[in-house]
Amino acid sequence: MSAPLEHDYIGLGLAEASSMEIASEKLTSSSSSSSTLSTEQNSCNNNNNNNSNTNNNTNKALLDFKETELRLGLPGSKSPERKPTNNGVSVSLFGKDIENSSSKVYSLSPLKNIVSGAKRGFSDAIDGSSGNWGLSMNGKSEADLCKGAVLYSPRGGGLDEKNKIIKETSVLPQSPKAAQEKKKNQLPASNEPASAPAAKAQVVGWPPIRSFRKNTMASNLAKNNDDDGAEGKTGSGCLYVKVSMDGAPYLRKLDLKTCNNYVELSSALEKMFSCFTIGQCDSNGLPGRDGLSESRLKDLLHSSEYVLTYEDKDNDWMLVGDVPWGMFAGSCRRLRIMKGSEAIGLGMYHFFFFFIEISVKNPFEV
Amino acid sequence: MLKRMSYSSFPEDVLEHVFSFVQSDKDRNAISLVCKSWFEIERWCRRRIFVGNCYAVSPRMVIRRFPDVRSVELKGKPHFADFNLVPEGWGGHVYPWIYAMATGYPCLEEIRLKRMVVTDETLELIAKSFKNFKVLVLSSCEGFSTHGLAAIAANCRNLRELDLRESEVEDLSGNWLSHFPDTCTSLVALNIACLGSEVSFSALERMVGRSPNLRTLRLNRAVPLDKLANLLRRAPQLVELGTGAYSSDLRPEVLSNLAGAFSGCKELKGMSGFWDVVPAYLPAIYPVCSGLTSLNLSYASVQSPDLIKLVSQCLNLQRLWILDYIEDSGLEALAASCKDLQELRVFPSEPFGVEPNVSLTEQGLVCVSEGCPKLESVLYFCRRFSNDALVTIARNRPNMIRFRLCIIEPQTPDYLTHQPLDTGFGAIVEHCKDLRRLSLSGLLTDRVFEYIGTYAKKLEMLSVAFAGETDLGLHHVLSGCESLRKLEIRDCPFGDKALLANAAKLETMRSLWMSSCSVSLEACKLLGQKMPRLNVEVIDERGPLDSMPESFPVEKLYIYRSVAGPRFDMPGFVWNMDEDSALRLS
Repeated sequence: MSAPLEHDYIGLGLAEASSMEIASEKLTSSSSSSSTLSTEQNSCNNNNNNNSNTNNNTNKALLDFKETELRLGLPGSKSPERKPTNNGVSVSLFGKDIENSSSKVYSLSPLKNIVSGAKRGFSDAIDGSSGNWGLSMNGKSEADLCKGAVLYSPRGGGLDEKNKIIKETSVLPQSPKAAQEKKKNQLPASNEPASAPAAKAQVVGWPPIRSFRKNTMASNLAKNNDDDGAEGKTGSGCLYVKVSMDGAPYLRKLDLKTCNNYVELSSALEKMFSCFTIGQCDSNGLPGRDGLSESRLKDLLHSSEYVLTYEDKDNDWMLVGDVPWGMFAGSCRRLRIMKGSEAIGLGMYHFFFFFIEISVKNPFEV
Repeated sequence: MLKRMSYSSFPEDVLEHVFSFVQSDKDRNAISLVCKSWFEIERWCRRRIFVGNCYAVSPRMVIRRFPDVRSVELKGKPHFADFNLVPEGWGGHVYPWIYAMATGYPCLEEIRLKRMVVTDETLELIAKSFKNFKVLVLSSCEGFSTHGLAAIAANCRNLRELDLRESEVEDLSGNWLSHFPDTCTSLVALNIACLGSEVSFSALERMVGRSPNLRTLRLNRAVPLDKLANLLRRAPQLVELGTGAYSSDLRPEVLSNLAGAFSGCKELKGMSGFWDVVPAYLPAIYPVCSGLTSLNLSYASVQSPDLIKLVSQCLNLQRLWILDYIEDSGLEALAASCKDLQELRVFPSEPFGVEPNVSLTEQGLVCVSEGCPKLESVLYFCRRFSNDALVTIARNRPNMIRFRLCIIEPQTPDYLTHQPLDTGFGAIVEHCKDLRRLSLSGLLTDRVFEYIGTYAKKLEMLSVAFAGETDLGLHHVLSGCESLRKLEIRDCPFGDKALLANAAKLETMRSLWMSSCSVSLEACKLLGQKMPRLNVEVIDERGPLDSMPESFPVEKLYIYRSVAGPRFDMPGFVWNMDEDSALRLS
């Protein structure tokens, strides 16, 4: 063991430079235990090596060595023994970064001071395994430290009722919110730390926004869409508009952004209403049936009972299909499937629906 | 009672009278160190206590030393609890304090809590223990329901302030407000903005009507806009107003009614709320804009043009909280109009979106830093930044004292040069010599910490995430930042060495938080054993610590100085690393 050193880190400038150089090299060479280290770092690692080896068999020594080694990579990056943390999600994020390190690795600006001989770097500061570690006590010696430790015996007689009080609630998420976060974080142990997720993974607590604000903003967006896309349209990822159908007991909502043109709108609306079972026929005498196939619906579409209209920003009711899709999607505030008899004067019929009877058990989520 | 020394020429009551003019805690503490008699006199006449970490001292110790306190302020969980990094059940229970103070401080008038767990039982105890109770502020607290609020309302006859800012309240009924007796006319401030469901509006109206001293009223979202005018007419003396939902069907009479009501509020200086804003109603507040010094539009999803129209009328604005819908163009307008601006916070409207949804970049902040000479406090969320911009901001605003920059994607480099943002932040700490609070983001190496350690001598709080490369980074901060009180770190490659080498420094700080770093269990134990005046708490939800290898990095580490020893309310996933527990573990 190295003798306890007087640790004055004020003059650490020179040693820092070398350590930083070492650090950058380690980062680029994707953390291997051996690397182009300076003598300081080497001796430190050798020390660690020796300590581990004296206490364990070779396999464990290797493991220990890897574990005791200063992890200079980003947290959660390539370290197979390391158990995935609850921030498993963030692990993948960084795994991806490490793999694409070429884009992320910056070149250090040339260092002005090159280490000359200050052996007293970090590496010598602490020697964990022997317990003979250098606490920098601002000039106090080791001896003083020990004395101090003796004087301050652990406080609190109630240490018996200890820290292991297991409250059931403590490990169970209390609120649905917390449960959600926990679900996000607890990736199964088999999750490969280095595999980058296809979609962007959410890191816990990042960006640092308070829950109150997050929840408020989330419901803000939802509410804005409630206003038929009137507010918050710009920038929101969806554009829900109410769809009403004459004679229907309730309305539905449709995200216009999921459609790129009128054809898709048409099929979206078809799908929406094809979940209804048929109980009756219309006046055309079509036989009633349970369930509605697509072709059947298409047939019904071409009967001229209904017209699709929309309300635009100026609160006027317009026929769907006159203007380019983009213009329509940008100005549409709500949709109405209007009974043909009311639609006289609107010109050609573009979309036709036949609503017969509803037999839906659950309200649908939109 | 200590024998008064004969050389003390001032009688006690004279000294006490002199001390009463000294309000700052720091100065009071200094006074108490002068000599034993001053210590005694001072402790008997200290009326206000601030405990920044509720576990740093026990309530009994506080009551023993300061027997006649009227106002207590306590903080519980670490700051990162705001971002869900502290698991539920960690602690911060205030009940033991209230229980002790119920007998120790019967004359207690004010309780202010931040990030603490407050139960209904606690609120009931407060309601019946303190006969002259006046002020209850619960900031980011949780664990209580509207039943507890009902108890407060019913029993605190002289209640002046009830402020629930951003607390999580279980909404069981809006009726609690009706528990205020009709004889209660003392209300000065009421903040219920965090409550989800409706409060009884008639009770609210009556309350407002019979409170002539009401200066602050922050409504919750459920209060509709068309009711706001009525409230305002009953309380034209309001200084701070938080609206409820700021939307309504477009009816001309609502707008004119509202505008009229606002015109009557000649004292209005601060506004907040603005949920669900319909821009057509914003002109209603134009009459009061010129008097506004504080404006919180951070929940208002309104586009830039409407925001510009509004903000450019607020010529005396000192504080603005807003969403990034304001965009660079809006910030430019802000810089041109609001020359008194001191604090700017720009929040992200879509923080989890992959693509930017608004045109808000570093330019906006640079503009404001140029145009607003008094700008000293910044919180800015954006998606890109450059060293040049940071240097410009630093040079423009050497008077900066709080600078928190959050570049949304972790480890984003300078978008122009693809370099780390070390030099940029380095410029900030170098030029802004009075900087007290700093939050870093973007791609950062150990170098930025070197700058911080070298220059940031007044820095009291530092927040670090996804930054640094080696323990040197942490070492720079711990060894260089002389005024450091709070350090919070997440997802950085800092390990044992810097921590152990600077163990003594930790006793000079309030607390250190490290999560998802590389501090081994072994180092934590060592620290806990060697530093008896520190509580070294390991938070780890993966399983019992004794099955974990010594060299394994712990999930989360919270170290704080304490004269109270290990706490007794640690849940199963928190371990204190002092000697006894270390022995138990191994």
